[in-house]
Amino acid sequence: MKAIIAATILGIVMMFAGLQMKNKSSVVTLAIVLAFLLLGVNIWDLVATPATAPVGYFNNMLRIDRYALWFSTLMTGVTVLYTLLVGKEIQKVGVHVAEYFALIFFILCGVYILSCYNNMLMLFLGIEILSIPQYILAGSDKKNLKSSEASLKYFLMGAFSTGILLMGITLLYGATGSFNIVAYSFLQSDALNPLALGGVIFVMIALGFKVSAAPMHMWTPDVYDGSPTPFTAYMATVVKASAFFAFIRLFQVSFGSISSQWTVVLSVITAATLLIGNLTAVFQQSVKRMLSYSSIAQAGFMLFAVLAVNAVAWQGIIIYAVAYSIATIGIFTVLMKLKDYTYDGFNGLAKKEPLLAFVTTIFLFSLAGIPLTGGFMAKYYVIQAVMVQNQFLWLVIFGLLMAAISVYYYFRVIIAMYFKEGNAELHAPVTQGEKVLLVITCGLVILIGIFPQLLLSWI
Amino acid sequence: MPILPLHYMFLSLTLFCIGIMGVLIRRNAIIIFMCVELMLNAVNLLMVAFSKMYVDAGAQVFVFFIMVVAAAEVAVGLAVIVMMYRKVHSVDVNILNRLKH
Repeated sequence: MKAIIAATILGIVMMFAGLQMKNKSSVVTLAIVLAFLLLGVNIWDLVATPATAPVGYFNNMLRIDRYALWFSTLMTGVTVLYTLLVGKEIQKVGVHVAEYFALIFFILCGVYILSCYNNMLMLFLGIEILSIPQYILAGSDKKNLKSSEASLKYFLMGAFSTGILLMGITLLYGATGSFNIVAYSFLQSDALNPLALGGVIFVMIALGFKVSAAPMHMWTPDVYDGSPTPFTAYMATVVKASAFFAFIRLFQVSFGSISSQWTVVLSVITAATLLIGNLTAVFQQSVKRMLSYSSIAQAGFMLFAVLAVNAVAWQGIIIYAVAYSIATIGIFTVLMKLKDYTYDGFNGLAKKEPLLAFVTTIFLFSLAGIPLTGGFMAKYYVIQAVMVQNQFLWLVIFGLLMAAISVYYYFRVIIAMYFKEGNAELHAPVTQGEKVLLVITCGLVILIGIFPQLLLSWI
Repeated sequence: MPILPLHYMFLSLTLFCIGIMGVLIRRNAIIIFMCVELMLNAVNLLMVAFSKMYVDAGAQVFVFFIMVVAAAEVAVGLAVIVMMYRKVHSVDVNILNRLKH
């Protein structure tokens, strides 16, 4: 609760800082300090809240439990890492640097609400607080037509999915007479109201839009490709992960009792997401576009956790969110240093910047799910969650097959870096500080791969 | 004939479907946007009808929230559309195909 207030206040502080500070790099320094402050507030929240009893706020519209607190803290930690790694690049996007950081703090406010909502109203508000700043961030490179186009597309699709989400919420209200998500667990599968079933499907489609699941993924590549790269890195990681957390919270807490009604639909969506994401990523020429398709493919794996209605799925989504976010932010940081975003742009990077090439390799290993990296443990946990459920064996096999395909397009980058001749052009030489940060990020990826329990120790 | 919640439901689902069809068929960004608003207002109508049915004011408060958020979205959305119009002098979404490869 303190974190929600702090994120809002820090966002406003950041906006006023934009009026006062003319120097861009001091704005970035302020943003980094404030991000650390927010992390501190989150840890304070985590320590101060008793471990056993969840706390309700606003007439129980927010219900802050251990998972919510820990997830918010982790996502804030990822944001701190993001500001440290990408802060310098955000300066180059446009003139309103302070406002961009302010919007990121507002997005974090949405993340916190989504991690602890207990009422459909809060779900709706959280999704909107999360989305509206992103429409602006997508269009922040005002001189670039592609950026405006991405913003318009994202906005139209986002508003459309909001309409669908609201229709779902209304139908559920019509069926139960309540907005409280715990009340929906009274829905019984034997006497299921068609209104409730319609509502569940509508909400599933709307949340599928937000997490870019397959039939609703069409906006993702265009938006991620068109947005300025620093903001793509944020959209593809923290935002997507928290949309997933909202998804799993709703579908386990409230629709868990009627899971036999919706898991079939969701399993088809998961299979389609894996198939389309992986197969289309193979044919891309630009690494940025490949990464946006790969984020669809990774969403397919995260859907495994939603599909499995059990406790392992919660652990799985937390590990997946962190491992995927750190690796993706790392790879985007390297990508931003390069002039050419195609595979050819990576040619010969290993000779020129051996360290940069090495950390990129580790990040790509993690995304592909090679053992000893965070991505492997993440995939292990979500697949284990489905296996415990003992229902969708075909989907697990299909997922493993698709993971094998994903190795192809991730390793293309590694082959370009190590085995192809060329002169990978960088915008500027990589400084010592950036190298240290990248190595730390890389260390985190491996640490999660070896001790995934670290991420679960606070739950 | 008494008006039942069912009638409201048919009315708002019809409006909602008109909105969805508009979003899918029309190519003018402003009209797409108006269709999205139509979807939201169909939801508002249904929400109020259900609120009356359950004699519960919660849903009417929800309607106010939807209105406020829709207004915030309009503020951002129109700014985005104007930004686009300044560049290409059109609000037709068919010309937005530069991102397709």
